[in-house]
Amino acid sequence: MSMATTLGLAPVPTVLDNGVRVLVKQTRMTPAVTISLAVGAGSVYDADNLPGTAYFVSRVIDRGTTSRAAESIAETLDFCGVSLRVAVSRQTLTLGCDCLAEDFDVILALLAEMVRDAAYPETEVDTRRSEILTTIRQDADSPATTALDRLMALLYGASHPYGRLTKGSSESVTRLDRDHLRQFHRARIRPSETSLVVVGDVAPDDAVDAATRVFGEWVGDGLSGEDRPLAAPPMLTARQRVVVPMMNKSQADIAYGFTTITRTDPLFHTYQLMANIFGQYGMGGRLGASIRERQGMAYYAICGFEAGLVPGPLVVRAGVNASNVDRALVSIDTEVTNLAQQGVTDDELSDSKRYIIGSLPRTLETNAGIAAFLQNIQQFDLGLDYDRTLPDLISGVTRDAVNSAARDTLASDRAAIVVAGPYQDTAGE
Amino acid sequence: MDARATSLDNGMKVLVREVHTAPLVSLWCWYRVGSGDERPGLTGVSHWCEHMNFKGTTNIPRDQVKGIIDRYGGFWNGYTWVDQTTYMETAPREALDKMMFIESERMSQCLYDAAECDSERTVIISELQGNENDPDQLLDTEVAATAFRVHPYGHPTIGWLGDLERISRDDLYTHYQNYYCPNNATVVVVGDVDTDDVFRRVERAFGQIPPAATPERRRTPEPPQLGERRVTIEREGTTAYLKVAYRAPAVTHDDFVPMLVLDAVLTGAKGLNLWASFRAAPPQRRSRLYRALVDERLAAAVGGACLPTVDPYLFMVSVTVAADRTRREVEDATLAVLDNVAASGITAAELERGVRQLRARMVFENDSITNVAHQLGFFETVTDLDTLASLPARIARVSVEDVSRVAASYLVAHRRTVGWYAPLGA
Repeated sequence: MSMATTLGLAPVPTVLDNGVRVLVKQTRMTPAVTISLAVGAGSVYDADNLPGTAYFVSRVIDRGTTSRAAESIAETLDFCGVSLRVAVSRQTLTLGCDCLAEDFDVILALLAEMVRDAAYPETEVDTRRSEILTTIRQDADSPATTALDRLMALLYGASHPYGRLTKGSSESVTRLDRDHLRQFHRARIRPSETSLVVVGDVAPDDAVDAATRVFGEWVGDGLSGEDRPLAAPPMLTARQRVVVPMMNKSQADIAYGFTTITRTDPLFHTYQLMANIFGQYGMGGRLGASIRERQGMAYYAICGFEAGLVPGPLVVRAGVNASNVDRALVSIDTEVTNLAQQGVTDDELSDSKRYIIGSLPRTLETNAGIAAFLQNIQQFDLGLDYDRTLPDLISGVTRDAVNSAARDTLASDRAAIVVAGPYQDTAGE
Repeated sequence: MDARATSLDNGMKVLVREVHTAPLVSLWCWYRVGSGDERPGLTGVSHWCEHMNFKGTTNIPRDQVKGIIDRYGGFWNGYTWVDQTTYMETAPREALDKMMFIESERMSQCLYDAAECDSERTVIISELQGNENDPDQLLDTEVAATAFRVHPYGHPTIGWLGDLERISRDDLYTHYQNYYCPNNATVVVVGDVDTDDVFRRVERAFGQIPPAATPERRRTPEPPQLGERRVTIEREGTTAYLKVAYRAPAVTHDDFVPMLVLDAVLTGAKGLNLWASFRAAPPQRRSRLYRALVDERLAAAVGGACLPTVDPYLFMVSVTVAADRTRREVEDATLAVLDNVAASGITAAELERGVRQLRARMVFENDSITNVAHQLGFFETVTDLDTLASLPARIARVSVEDVSRVAASYLVAHRRTVGWYAPLGA
């Protein structure tokens, strides 16, 4: 076991002998603890012919172990007032919860048992399959979800791990069985892929002792997961537009995007600032100012930016009346072109820098906020002093760099566009 | 909660709680007006005013409103519900005077430019139509409208479309003048501050705003419900949704706390206010409805809501029907659980679990200065701080008999409204 300390937020890092990485940050706002247990077992590791495997695993991993029935787990969680969140992103599967400090040892042991010894009982697999199938149907009825899902397929290709549906399809979920889930678990959920973050009213030594007790003997099944390198997404060479008519809906959702850079790219903070100016600052940035404030067309018009292990998407989202779709798309095109050709102003850059740097204390105010920040550090090797280096990284971004990023990324003639809602394509783009 | 309170000469209440865990401060300004204070023809006016109050004041130009707090890295927002309208900022403590400046301007100096009012009309209609895209929200609106025939809790906070198309600039401005005054407001400040210093700053920022006469809160009490009501939405869709709503006690009623525990037994404990209930899924795997519906593959999800309101509102159970299950079997199973708890009450083990869940949720709700300030302001606006302070002890004192009694009293067939979203073509 190795231990070290650092300054700043100063989480206490430990690496257990089996490779489980542990970060602990003690806080005293409330007698509560946030536990975040992340494993490199996201949807990118689904087999090509079985999309939805990681998501299915996330729905059953907490429903019984080799020594505890689902009812027993449920009783412990409910008695402690704990709502366990098991989430799957493209890269990670994360078990997370808040618990009272007095229940920390019990809950941590329970989570460890899930990742070490999940049993995937047949009856639970069937029950959660039913839930997933219903959720897939709900997604198909949601213009917002449909627009985003289809955009990711446009940007990355339907067979790329970022382009396919995290939940899979009705067909794949129907085919997936207990053996598939157990095989995925054995291949991907192992000590070397696991990061535990503990934040709250618990002493670091006590948290590390608890982690050692419940994870220390874990060796995994020794299977090696298939760590295929992820292909970079293809660069679109022409504008692509898809319309998904959903005539029973009241409003259309627009998703309009580009691929950008990886999280470890040195330009990450440059893109972060560009996205903030474009569609975030002051509730929507330039997009919100145009589409919501000046034109009154939409309740929201925003830009999201998500960088991962492959170049992540920059996505504009807007919900508009069907009669305003064409006008909204023209406005987005205009803002894209303006930013790419004219760049940002010094005032805009200064404001966004102040916003991002100034928001750090707020981000790190709650146990859950700190835990998410620390898991991000672990996943992308940002450095344990990232909370201290971040202000300088943001401050050091130049206007030229932001303008260059905008020129490289934003081009309306290479945009991927999806409109889902009570709208039919008459523009014939 | 150990908040200190004072009142200015103009009637404005001020609550301050010092929390020195981070160099941050959260300020909330609450007004005792919401959609429950609207009459037919003006539904949605409170929420629309909330939107207008981000559109410039005498001393804050229109295009600068949304940048003031952002420059500090802060977060700001506002919301409207049945009994309240509120505005908030959370930011580094250096921004406190800016926050007070914004809220004092918002209280008395908003412009209500006619062109801005019209522009915002389409934004709000867009918000409404976005909500309608979600079958669950659409059904929620229909069930509330069916459950309340005369009380204004029956209309949606965002308003009916017909009213939103007609409300004028003068309607909005009159509403603003009627309700936005210091004697109808509470300012809550929580964070890394000195209480006496905050009191002085509040006096400087708000002390000169004159009080005004506010309209008497006169809501037609909802008469007793004499029979079960039903509403069914038939629309294209993929999934069926069921809601069962019962009349519930107001926050000041002795039965409110036992109802919170009953909700925990049936669907898992939530937070104690509107916002907290959205923040995280409840612990519910052993709750009666989850076991009967989700574990039995009749439903993909189940939820419940029992919220603190000035007048009696609704205890609402929501069910997302599993693919390939019939509406009849899901409704039968849901009503069987509700009828059973009404007839037979709860067990001691269920009580212990529900009380422990609520205790944990009250701890989790206090995880940030923003949430602490919200909780203080919410309760001060719908009732008073004594009610909030008494909740932990009242929850701890609830007995099996208390919960069984409220189940028998409230979960009765003739007091319920059953709503269905029945998808066509599913």
